[in-house]
Amino acid sequence: MDILIILQAGVASGTVLLFATVGGIFNERSGIMNLGLEGMMLFGAMSAFSVTVSTGNPWLGVLVAMLAAGLLSQIHAFITIQLQADQVVSGLALTFLGTGISLVLGEGLSKAGVVSLLPAFSVPLLSHIPIIGRIFFTNQSILVYVGYLIVPLSWYYINRTRPGLHLRAVGEYPAAADALGINVYRLRYFYVFVGGLFAGLSGATISLAISPGWFSELTTAGQGWIAIGLIIFSQWNPVRAAFGAYVFGALRRLILDIQGPALIFGLANPFYYNPYYGFFLQMLPYAFTIIVLVLGSKEAVKKRLGAPAALGTPYIRGQRGL
Amino acid sequence: MSEQLNAQPVRRRLIPFRIVAEPRIEDLPKWYPFVLSVGAVIVALLIGAIVLAIGGGNPWRAYAHIARASFGSIGVFSDTIVKAIPLIFVGLACSVAFRMKLWNIGAEGQFYMGAFGASAVVLLPILPATAPTWLFIITMIVAGLLMGAIYGFIPGILKARFNVNEVISTLMLNYIAVAWNNYFIFAVWTEGGFQMSKMFPQNAWLPRLTDFGSEIPFFRGLTTHFGLVIALVAVVIVWFIMYKSKWGYEIRLIGDNPKAATYAGIPIKRHMVYVMMLSGALAGLAGMSEISGVVHRLQGAISPGYGFTGIIVAWLAKLNPFAVILVSVLFGGLILAGREIQPSGVPKMIQGVILVCLIASDYLIRYKVRIIKESTVD
Amino acid sequence: MNGEVDFTSPFLKKFFIKRGAMDPKNQGLENELVIKMRHIEKRFPGVLANDNVDFNLIKGEIHALLGENGAGKSTLMNILAGLYKADKGSIFVEGKRVSFNSPKDAIAAGIGMVHQHFMLVPSQTVTENILLGLNEPRFIMNLSDYDKKIVELGEKFGLPVDPKAKIWQLSVGEQQRVEILKMLYRGANVLILDEPTAVLAPVEIDILFNTLRNMVSLGKSVIFISHKLHEVQSIADRLTVLRKGKITAEGVEAAGKSRADLAKLMVGRDVIFNFEKEAHNPGKTILEVKDLHCFNDKGLKALNGVSLEVCSGEIVGLAGVAGNGQRELADALTGLRKCEQGSVVIHGDETTNKSAKTSIKKGVSHIPEDRTHVGTAPNLSVTDNVIMKSYNNKPISNGWVLNTVEAEKNARELKEAYEIVVPSIDTPVRLLSGGNLQRVILAREISAAPSLMIAMQPTRGLDVGAIEGVQRLILAQKKTGAGILLISEELEELIALSDRIYVMYEGEIMGQVTNGDIDAIGLMMTGTRMEEIQEAGVTHE
Repeated sequence: MDILIILQAGVASGTVLLFATVGGIFNERSGIMNLGLEGMMLFGAMSAFSVTVSTGNPWLGVLVAMLAAGLLSQIHAFITIQLQADQVVSGLALTFLGTGISLVLGEGLSKAGVVSLLPAFSVPLLSHIPIIGRIFFTNQSILVYVGYLIVPLSWYYINRTRPGLHLRAVGEYPAAADALGINVYRLRYFYVFVGGLFAGLSGATISLAISPGWFSELTTAGQGWIAIGLIIFSQWNPVRAAFGAYVFGALRRLILDIQGPALIFGLANPFYYNPYYGFFLQMLPYAFTIIVLVLGSKEAVKKRLGAPAALGTPYIRGQRGL
Repeated sequence: MSEQLNAQPVRRRLIPFRIVAEPRIEDLPKWYPFVLSVGAVIVALLIGAIVLAIGGGNPWRAYAHIARASFGSIGVFSDTIVKAIPLIFVGLACSVAFRMKLWNIGAEGQFYMGAFGASAVVLLPILPATAPTWLFIITMIVAGLLMGAIYGFIPGILKARFNVNEVISTLMLNYIAVAWNNYFIFAVWTEGGFQMSKMFPQNAWLPRLTDFGSEIPFFRGLTTHFGLVIALVAVVIVWFIMYKSKWGYEIRLIGDNPKAATYAGIPIKRHMVYVMMLSGALAGLAGMSEISGVVHRLQGAISPGYGFTGIIVAWLAKLNPFAVILVSVLFGGLILAGREIQPSGVPKMIQGVILVCLIASDYLIRYKVRIIKESTVD
Repeated sequence: MNGEVDFTSPFLKKFFIKRGAMDPKNQGLENELVIKMRHIEKRFPGVLANDNVDFNLIKGEIHALLGENGAGKSTLMNILAGLYKADKGSIFVEGKRVSFNSPKDAIAAGIGMVHQHFMLVPSQTVTENILLGLNEPRFIMNLSDYDKKIVELGEKFGLPVDPKAKIWQLSVGEQQRVEILKMLYRGANVLILDEPTAVLAPVEIDILFNTLRNMVSLGKSVIFISHKLHEVQSIADRLTVLRKGKITAEGVEAAGKSRADLAKLMVGRDVIFNFEKEAHNPGKTILEVKDLHCFNDKGLKALNGVSLEVCSGEIVGLAGVAGNGQRELADALTGLRKCEQGSVVIHGDETTNKSAKTSIKKGVSHIPEDRTHVGTAPNLSVTDNVIMKSYNNKPISNGWVLNTVEAEKNARELKEAYEIVVPSIDTPVRLLSGGNLQRVILAREISAAPSLMIAMQPTRGLDVGAIEGVQRLILAQKKTGAGILLISEELEELIALSDRIYVMYEGEIMGQVTNGDIDAIGLMMTGTRMEEIQEAGVTHE
């Protein structure tokens, strides 16, 4: 059991969570909560795999996955923005819908066999940096590198650009934005769409790069929900989100790998001798998500951090308050 | 003048009419929400048909099959009822939680824990295999209730103490519950290396109609079990709690306006925990009745997503305990027939579409929508 | 039929009104008009908010738009600011007909509105808020140049601001400056201010008025929405009065009208400003507050050592500009907020930091400031709403069982006694008008036969008839021997009803007056202590 290999694989599997979480941050910064991440990711994973199977072009698969999940997200957008429905319930419905449609359209895909995957490579100079080069820049999928770029770019976009300013205003105080001629409805539609695009990308990352294939609901196995936990943990900040996503990715890998060796640090490995203990290991990411939420909420109270003020409330022009 | 404002008119220049929505300021007739829900389900089935057709299937044949395979004869109807029983429980579980705007989507996990609790009575064992049926039933009910309540307590206290979003915590606990059950059926109670426990003794089974087949020939082969009676009792109890008790009043008040509830001196956080426990207990009962009435052993995959269907049942029933019965029977039929339909995702997809249409239709309860011919110059 | 023209004929009426508009005498005026609104009609579900309203604004004037709450002032101005779209009518800006689809269009035409609730994003800086929605900077926000521009603009108009400060760090007066700057930065020539003084202390009001005069001298025009007569008289050049959506006076000289005339135009009948007050005969002490300290929701100090007492059979007023700790005090007294230090004693028993239930049991009733969000459950029926405080008592409940028959009987009785106009007691209260909603709350709070009543802004947002009804109910409570703490921002109401008035400023009691000395109250509202006033001899005893 090589720690570096686990971390390296952890960064790769953390990329899935990273995309979903960053997309969710854009989504929620505009004031719309989308609990349908899991459904959109599954839909993206299915679309990506399906398109790649039939065309042999994984890039086309990624593109279609993003658009498909983006399209699905617009159902949620319409229901919550136009029809002002409860965002929690609508998000749940979107998960059901995305899961159901993915299962229907993905029927038979699991037997599709091997498809051409996205390329993986090492970055020439950077991969020679000790430890870090090994973990982050050696033999990673191209999407992992995309993930590295997405983090600073989205942070900069949200905090230092004009559209980012508008995004924050719409999520904090939509009435103020509206009064200055910012189209609150259009921006919210747009960022829900962005959230969908990212969720689709995240799904494609699973089925075309990290754990290739289509395994019906097990393809995502609740990672969409973990991502929602990470959004809260991240305090809506992409940089913190990246940290959380990679830690969770590493945890997932650790759970897979820890059952391999008979000895760990010279001690007998209980998970090797009783493989059934693995079920408790399986619980870990989920239990950990809850723990992260507990810690996140305590920190939020201490630092007076919080969700975008208008998160979860529909904007109706002329209504007082948020 | 907050109440005066309407939603933005949805306007398209090229179309010669526009849609105008105004908030309703008058009371609705009692039949209106009901008709609206039925309409939403019909629209959902139409949308589902389109998706099925795109997927290459014949939607009408699929729907006809669902109807025949679930309501076609007294035998299959009895099986439909069997599927409806756990749905009644989880539907109630979601109704009580949703009434307080607690989004318990962990009914699935609470179901598994209830099943685990009931199984423990036989397998641990708490009661000897020779104990009388009535004692088994009561003990298993208590065990199922208790395990479910404990499993509801966790997200309840997390929300009350640490403000942990219950949607995520209950969902995470679902995965944990399944892993927990798997550990026991793989490692502890495994029967000869199979991933299931031994069969329960007959005294630990809930009586079925067919058990009385020798006295009443009509009942022969009917699988409907005593869980139905427990479920109906639960419906009445939940109805009484919700509408005829102080606690129910407090729950409804908190659900509608937590600030007003605080102002009325109601400790909201305490109720959060209690209501999550009640909700969990009801979902736990579902697991108990399924284990003791249908499966008769602990094994994997005992729920085809009952916990999630319960959410839709509760929503479609508008959180009304009696309406939960009717909706559960309909969805029981869908689940029963859905097992034979290919592709296997169809029931789940139809459920999703129904829920989406239902939520969308709620708009028509809050707003009057009129279509106006765009004859006047704008 | 002796040759007279029948003015009731709709056709002739139309003709003559048209003629009037073409009157050569008005022609000169017509050319100076920056804003001309004609025959504006706006209907909301159930209300005709503006009914054939005309409005004229002359360049360089301060024009007051006067009217009661709900008269349609804000609606009219929201139409002018592009936030609403009129159902009928037309708007002209400097003679050109315009059609606004959004506030952006209105701003482009030089019309900017400062809303009553500030439209500022609390987590963003002053500069960010001012730049919000503009097309500059194009993409990357390099703000230092803009910071400088904003400071310069502020200096020109006498509106000093710190461009880097976050909005939540600013005082209400400073936030208002940011709002005005936001509009000036966008090149607004016409500035609409919706009730700008409601949140300001008298000194800040003076500063605002100076700024407005300065702006007018620099060529801007100002529309000033208000329902406060004395302010209108001191600042406005001309005024327009609205009543129930209709114009009752259009463009009259402010100087030419007396307060009584204006009041009559506003409310449509003579207003009695004075009640017959019962003699002040306080009984034993009911509420005793000593050195109370607590924090507000943002974690800032809201109460800073408040001490006061209320006796049986008296109405004690609490004056102060909004946000000086009144809400927190009401919450602390009714068990809704934890205190850091100090004590609350009701009927001789310490109730500090006890639950809301304790205070209800002690016979404290509470009319909350926020009727819809705190005082009622909007989707529950009238029946369910009126038992909110009494559902624990017999006969409404017995043990854990709720007696719905008794609850309905109770609701029917209260509906009769308090004249709540509602189709049935099963109607959800969200369908009730503001006045009826307040009656539901009063019915509930008074029927509990309280010995202490904490009434916060009980008449806000109600029409005149309803206000009078509520005030009479409060006076009747005094007669029954209850002690009443009346928290209000309406000084006239406080002086009319109260036996004594405390004044609160930044979480402290500045002093109390017993003779309704409005000057002393005004000074204390801005942070002068009673002792300082007496030393300086400012008051006329």
